[in-house]
Formats: sequence, structure tokens, C-alpha cells
Amino acid sequence: MKPAEKDNTIPSLILLTATRYLVPVLLLFSLFLLTRGHNEPGGGFVGGLVAGAAFALYGIAHTVHDARRLLRFPPRVLIGIGLLVAVGSGLFSLFYRRPFMTGIWSVVEVPVIGKVGTPGIFDIGVFITVLGMVLQIVFELMEE
Amino acid sequence: MLVAVLSGFGLSLAAPWAVRVGRLRGWLFALLPLLLTLYFLSFTPAVMTGEAITASYNWVPSLGIQLSFYLDGLSWLFALLVSGTGIFIFIYAGAYMADEPLIGRFYAYILIFMASMLGLVLADNLLTLFIFWELTSFSSYLLIGFKHKDEAARKAALQALLITSGGGLALMAGLILLGLAGNSFEISALVAGECLTEHPFYVPTLLLILAGAFTKSAQVPFHFWLPGAMTAPSPVSAYLHSATMVKAGIYLLARFTPILGGTALWHLLLPAVGGLTMLVGAYLSLRQVDLKRILAYSTISSLGALVFLLGLDIPLAAQAAIVFLIVHSMYKGALFLIAGILEHETGTRDVTALGGLARIMPLVALAAGFAALSMAGIPPFFGFVSKELLYETTLGLQDNAILFTTLAVIANMMMVAVAVLVFVRPFTGQLVETPQQPHAVPLGLWLGPLALGLGSLAAGLVLAQVGAILIAPAVSAVVARPTAVKLALWHGVNPMLILSILTVLGGLVVYRYRHSYRRISNRLDMGRQWGPAKWYEFGLEAMLSLGRLQTRVLQHGYLRIYLLTINLVFFVLVGLTLVTKHDFAGQLPSTDLRVHEAVIAAIIAVAMIVVLFARSRLAAVVSLGVVGYGIALIFVFFGAPDLAMTQFAIETLTVILMVLILYRLPPFATFSSRGQRIRDAVIALSVGALITTLVLVSTTVTQPTLLTSYFAENSVPAAKGRNIVNVILVDFRGLDTLGEITVLGIAALGVYALLRLRTPSQRKVDLTATVETELVAEQDKSKEVEAM
Amino acid sequence: MTIVLAFLVGGLYAGGLYMMMRRSIVKLIMGLILLSYATTLLIFTVGGLTRAAPPIVPAGVSEPPVPFADPVPQALILTAIVISFGVLAFAVVLIEQTHRSVGTDDSNNLRGIEGEL
Repeated sequence: MKPAEKDNTIPSLILLTATRYLVPVLLLFSLFLLTRGHNEPGGGFVGGLVAGAAFALYGIAHTVHDARRLLRFPPRVLIGIGLLVAVGSGLFSLFYRRPFMTGIWSVVEVPVIGKVGTPGIFDIGVFITVLGMVLQIVFELMEE
Repeated sequence: MLVAVLSGFGLSLAAPWAVRVGRLRGWLFALLPLLLTLYFLSFTPAVMTGEAITASYNWVPSLGIQLSFYLDGLSWLFALLVSGTGIFIFIYAGAYMADEPLIGRFYAYILIFMASMLGLVLADNLLTLFIFWELTSFSSYLLIGFKHKDEAARKAALQALLITSGGGLALMAGLILLGLAGNSFEISALVAGECLTEHPFYVPTLLLILAGAFTKSAQVPFHFWLPGAMTAPSPVSAYLHSATMVKAGIYLLARFTPILGGTALWHLLLPAVGGLTMLVGAYLSLRQVDLKRILAYSTISSLGALVFLLGLDIPLAAQAAIVFLIVHSMYKGALFLIAGILEHETGTRDVTALGGLARIMPLVALAAGFAALSMAGIPPFFGFVSKELLYETTLGLQDNAILFTTLAVIANMMMVAVAVLVFVRPFTGQLVETPQQPHAVPLGLWLGPLALGLGSLAAGLVLAQVGAILIAPAVSAVVARPTAVKLALWHGVNPMLILSILTVLGGLVVYRYRHSYRRISNRLDMGRQWGPAKWYEFGLEAMLSLGRLQTRVLQHGYLRIYLLTINLVFFVLVGLTLVTKHDFAGQLPSTDLRVHEAVIAAIIAVAMIVVLFARSRLAAVVSLGVVGYGIALIFVFFGAPDLAMTQFAIETLTVILMVLILYRLPPFATFSSRGQRIRDAVIALSVGALITTLVLVSTTVTQPTLLTSYFAENSVPAAKGRNIVNVILVDFRGLDTLGEITVLGIAALGVYALLRLRTPSQRKVDLTATVETELVAEQDKSKEVEAM
Repeated sequence: MTIVLAFLVGGLYAGGLYMMMRRSIVKLIMGLILLSYATTLLIFTVGGLTRAAPPIVPAGVSEPPVPFADPVPQALILTAIVISFGVLAFAVVLIEQTHRSVGTDDSNNLRGIEGEL
């Protein structure tokens, strides 16, 4: 990784303050979109985009270097993890001798989320992949 | 049985590591074919009683494709042939390629081949058979081109692949027709089913399947790939190109004899092609001086003889074919291995440059002697029995007995001469100076040929058992009824014996005058100029030139002209179809329009016009954002909250993206003339108008699809989700989504690669320089195009 | 509204194609974006417009109340939007890099070198 160049322009104070509150809210909102996606508008795609936008905002307000630290994983690793989660959720059904990607659901209900099933895990994979893609592109371009 | 077939593929994966064991690796790998041989031998009692063992696994149940296997006498014989010769080949290869750095790759390929060949001969399902058939072509390609730094080897490998897989395509069509005609894709069911020879598909099916079999088994005029394939290492030539793979075509013919055989067409085509191949192969074989090419052409001749026999209209023919098949595999495999030893030890394969080697390698000479005697058909070797049977078959024919017998005698005389040549020249007489000093041959090398040579002798001595155990079940499978086989060396003095003696004497005479034969045949040489090998080269060259020409014309490199062409073609074709095929009588959609909707539409339209005529990039980007947010609002109005949210999020990110990159891009520039702009505008507007028409037309006929109601009904009960759009994405069409997010990942990695793998400044200068010189050269051309 | 949208889609196509046929590579990008908007809207319009409720089943019922918006085109569009973003990013970076290393923004000069087929 190339170390992030120190921005010589002073970030706007308003932006800095705003991100301090906005980023956690946006991240929470993205998780909210992800979890309720199966029953209400939302889902992995839009959730991942919102989360990506949150990190991008953080990167604009601070530096990309900080944003990368906040994220912990390199974005391209996230892409891989997301794809693995998505494929892995599909492999579940093979244990039940059903075709690849047949939805398998838990018998008991989990509070708040409801029944847990492989389509939900798949959506998490979508979320992570989309997040990784957005940040991979945005971070790279910001560092240029 | 599935394990038996697939074990080779499994070991193939491990081969690159398994070769690390060192010198004994050949013996280690030989354990697998040994185990397989024992496994197949355990079926002996069942096969002898005529019982067939089947095993079936679901492969693609939704398409009705079964991974099904079927073991009867014929499959069993071939499976034994594949695994049995495999033992010796694997041991031999270990010693032969002891210093080869890529030995792991070699074993991986040859194991793939062995497994595919087993799958091919054991397959019951036509499609399974086809897949294994293609796998053998594929592994043969890899093995012929094993010495990939040698251009001749690469060329030969490609030639073999193009010809055999070309035949493979024909075979696939033939097998599908066969499956449709017989209403089943299981060979066992087809054999038991009703007669297909009257079916309207019969002639095309037969011709297509024969095309597959003839290319694989190197029949004239497709024979020329086999001598080319001799660039492969010797164990490969012995295994694939004499003992097993080239016999796949023979297996196919034998397997389909009960289904497709017995018609006039069958009895015409097979003897004609086989007989011609038998003669051409024998004729060409004797002209060669390269030991492996001699053997290759004589293999072609033998394959011709097998096809010839399978096509003869007499029950004995199947028996003669099966016997000859075994005989040939043993002696020809041995001879190929010996050719490899000679090359390995002396550094040459030219028979005229070898001599007196029996003193240095007595055991190899013994093996060669046995193999040659069997090939020449001298009693008590197995080859003698086979030749007697051949003559008995042709003499017993109703029609053309004299003609076919004469053909067989002539071809066999030449084979006798070849047998004498490959033994006498290298092993007897004075020791000749060779490029390398030959020394004693290690055990791993001589074991295989000697075992095969001894086999040729032993089989001749225990004929009755061989006949009952090996031959009879296979013959029964070919003729589709239980058949007893009685083989004997001595039948008393009869026409066959006289012909045999005549053949041997004739062969000796041919050998004696081989020099004048070579001279005369060289003078008559037409094959080199007009033969099928030339047609192949010409065809290949023509195809490549056509490709180049087409690329030059169509791929001219002007992006705008591509778009122009696509748009024009779209406009003309779709427009014509719409005007001629559609009656514009439908009801137009309702004109119900609300104020806020109209406002949004107007904003989008204005923003787009700003994009078109903006002079600054920033104005254009902002206007694009307006268009995008406007579309998101349309989604809100028309019941698509998911889309609206996604569009909002994407729009935000797009604006971020554009702002990040915008100022690194050059400002707007106008390169085109006014005339060009008007031309492009006219085309773009025409396409736009056509699309508007299409939308209007299609909305007049819109009706709810079955899909929609299916998803609506099943979303909650089956998929436990109330947001139907999300359920479609993650459940009903989850596989599509998986593909889509993979594309996203690839796009992101592409961005990463583009930014990171930037050309260093030095190269940048070079590249710019090249492009600039290029520009000068291109200017004239660009002017032409711009004038369009 | 369908009629209005039909004209809007046609207009977006015309504008996008016109921009893509320019020789300036920056205009090419703008054209590409317009074209993806046009396609999104095309699928949406052809899929049938309805001011009805979104395709979401209310809690406790097993089927959505009729009429509801068709979920099939929506699912298609949703992934299309996200993918077109990925493709757009790729195209933009590709063009930027080309511009940087070749030093021209005239697509006429971006032809392959003869013989490198």
C-alpha cells in the first residue's frame, strides 16, 4: 500500500463535525437496511452502497489512510470475503442433498431479525462485496 | 466402478508431487493400473457367464444425463487392455524419462488419458461416452505436444486435435441423433430396443458416427495425423497411438454393431474404407526409414484391417477382429517401446543407421524377436492364429471373397516385410556406429516389451483358455448373442494354411527387394503433393487468412464508426421488422399524467439537453446527477422504493467518482466537423425515435407474466420474505445475483490493476513516440474515414 | 405518464448515442452514463408502470394485495444499476489511464497498432 499523501488543504470544520455524527448513523442505517431487506425495502445492494458512501465520506473529511484504518480490511479482501460468504451460503443446501443455493431456514426464530436462513447469509455476502467494490474504487481514486 | 474410472483423474492431480519419490516413481504409478487390472479381473466369472454389470449415478438429472457404466465382455476386454498395458507403460516411462524435469506433468497427462479411456469403454450413456471420448482427444493433444519447445511437436499436436475433435463434433451430432431415434441415451437400452436401421435418421446417424470413429482410428483420408503424432515420447506412442486410443474408433464400431450394423451401407462403407486404409498404410509403412514412422504406418494398416473386418457380412468377422485387436495391441505396443529404447540408447531412430544391437541388449532383442514373429504370423505365436482367422473370414464371404482375400494377403505380405525390417536391421549383423554409445538397458525399460512379447507367445500356447475367457464374451457382445469361440493352432492342411505360408514367403521377397520398392514408390509419389495432409494444411491456412481478412475489414479501430454501424443496423433491421410485421392497431397507453410527474420528466429532459450542449465538464456532471436523481424520483412515484434507494445511493457515488476523476481528464474538445455532427445527430435521433416507438408498441401488448404471479404467490410461503424484489435477488434468482456481484468484484479489481500497473515514465515516453509515428502513418486513412 | 416516459427514454437514447459518437473521450463517458440511465428507464417503462403499492407482502398475509408493481423488472434494474456503476468506474479509469499514457483525447488516435491483431 502506498502511504496516503497528507492533504495540505484543511478539511472543513463543518464537514469534520458532520462526519463524526453522520458516519456512525450511516453505518447503522446500512446494517438496518441489510437486516430488514428481506421483508421491507432494503437489502444487501443498497446497504452496501450506503456503507460504502459512509466510509467514502469519512475518507473525504479525514484522509483515505484513516478511512482504511477504520475499515481494517483492504477493500479487495472484502470483495473476496463477500463472494466467499455468498458462495458458502449456497453450499449449505448440499448438506441437505438439495441443489446448490436452495434456501435453508432455521427452525427457531431469532428475536428482532426473525427466522435466519441462507438467503439472508447470501445477502450479507452481497453487502460485503458491494462495500468492497465501492471502497476499492473510491479509495484508489482518492489516493491518486 | 465410478471410483475405478475416476481414480486416474484423482491420482493425476497428485502426480506433480508424487514424482518426488525419485527413481522408483514408475513402479509407484504402475500400482494404479495394476490395481485396476486386478479389479477388472475380479469380474471374470461374471463376464464369462455373459452377465453385464451396470452402475449408474445421477449427473445432470434435470437434463436426463446419467453417469452410467456398463461392463460386458467387450468393455471388459478393452478395460483390461487399457489397464493391463498401462502397468508396463507406466513402469517403462519411469525409466525412459528418468531425467525429464517435467515428469510430473507427464504422469498427470497420461493418468488423465488412462482414466478417460476407461470411462470411454465403460460408458453406457451416450453423452458420458462422448465426454470421455473428447477427454481422450484432449489428453492425446497434451501428450503429443509434450515436448512443447519443439515446433514440430506443437504442430503435430494441433493437427491431431483438430482432426480428432472435428470427428468428435460429428460424433456428438451422431450420438444425439441416435439417442433421439432410439428414444434412449443408454447403449444397453438401444441394443435391447427395436431395430433402428429403418429409421429415417439411420443414414445421417451412421455417417456422423463413422466420421468420429474414422478420424479417431486414423482411417484414410484422416490417417495423416497418426505419423505426425510420433513426435510424442515413445511410451505415449506405444500406449495411445497403437494399443488403446486409436482403438477407440474400433471400440465404437464394435459397440454399435448390434445397433447400426448389418445394413448394406455398413457392409459397403466399412470394408471399403478399412480395406483402403489397410493397403495405404502397408504401402507407406515400408517406404519409411524412421522406426517410429514405420510402426505408425503399419498401425494405420492394422486399424484399417480391424475396420475392414468389422464391416464384413459374416459372423466369424467379429471373432477375427477381436483376436487381431489383442494380437496387435501386444506386438505393436512392444515394438513401439523397443523403438523408444533404441532411440534412448543410440540417439537415432533411423533403421538404416542401426545394426548388431542384439549383442548389447539381448533381452530387448528377444522381445523384439517375439513381437516381430507374432506380427509376421509365425506359429505358435498369437499372430498366426489371427491371420488364419482373417483368411478364414474373407474366404467364407458370399461375395467378393477372392477380391478381399487378395487384399488381405497383399497387406499382410507387407506387414511380414515390416516385421522382418524392424527386427533384422537393428539387431542383427555388424554393430554400427551410432550417435550415442549404447549400453545395457535397465530393467524398467526391457520389462514392458519383454512381457508383451512373451504374452504374444503365451497366448498362442494357451489358445483354448484365451478363446473362452477373453475372446468369447467380447464377441458375444459384438454380435449380441452368446457365441462360443474355439481357437486352435493346427487345423490341418487347408486353404488358410497355404495362404499363410504364401504370405510369409511373399513378405520375405518384398523385404529382399525393399530398396527397389522404395525407389519405385518414391517415383510414384503423389501423396506428398496431393495427399490429405496437404488438404489439411491448405484448409487451415485458408481459414486463418479469412480470419485475418475479416478482422482487417471489420475491426478497423474507429470506435465511432463501430457505434455508427451498430446503430444503423439496429435501426434498419428493427425498423423494418416493426413496419412489416406489426399492425399498429393496439390501444395506446393511458394519457393519465399528474403534475409532479410531468415536472420531473421536464427536469430530466432539460438536464439532458444541458449535458449535450455544456461547454464545461462540471456543468455536464452536475446535469447528469440531476438526470439520475430525477430517475430515482420516478421510481418513488411508481412503486419501486428499492430501486429509488439504490439509485440515490449510486447517484451519490457516481458524483463522487466523477468529481474525483474529472479534473484529470481533458476538457471538452470538438474534433468533428459540422457535417459529421449533423449526420450523427440524425442517426441518434432516428434510433431514439425508434426506441420510443418500440416502448409505445410494447406497452400496448403488456400483460402480466406468469413469472410475476409465481413470485408473488411463492415469496412468503416458499421463501419466507415479504419484499418480493429482494426475495427474487437473493433466493429465486440467487445464482444470477452471484454472477452479478462477481462481475462487480472483477470490475473493482480491474480498476485496481489499471491504477497500480501504471506504465513507468520511461515506457510512457516510448509509447507516446510510437503512437506519434503511428499517427503520421494513419493520417491519410483517418481522412478517408472522416469523409464518410 | 407512459407516453411521456417513452419519449424521455427515446430522448435519452438519442442523447447518449450522440455523445458516444463524439471523438472526445470525455464525451464518450457522458454518453455511456446517459445510455445506462436510458436503459434503466426503458426496462422500467416496458415492465409496466403502475402507481400502485410496491411489491411487498403485508405482514400476516401470504400474497400482496392487487394491484402491486411488478417485481421482476425491478429486480433486473436493481442489479443493473449497481453493475453499471462498476462498469462506469472501470471505463472512466481506463479512459483516464489511456489519456495519460497516450496523451490524446481523440478516440480516432486510439487505434491498435497494425499487425497486433
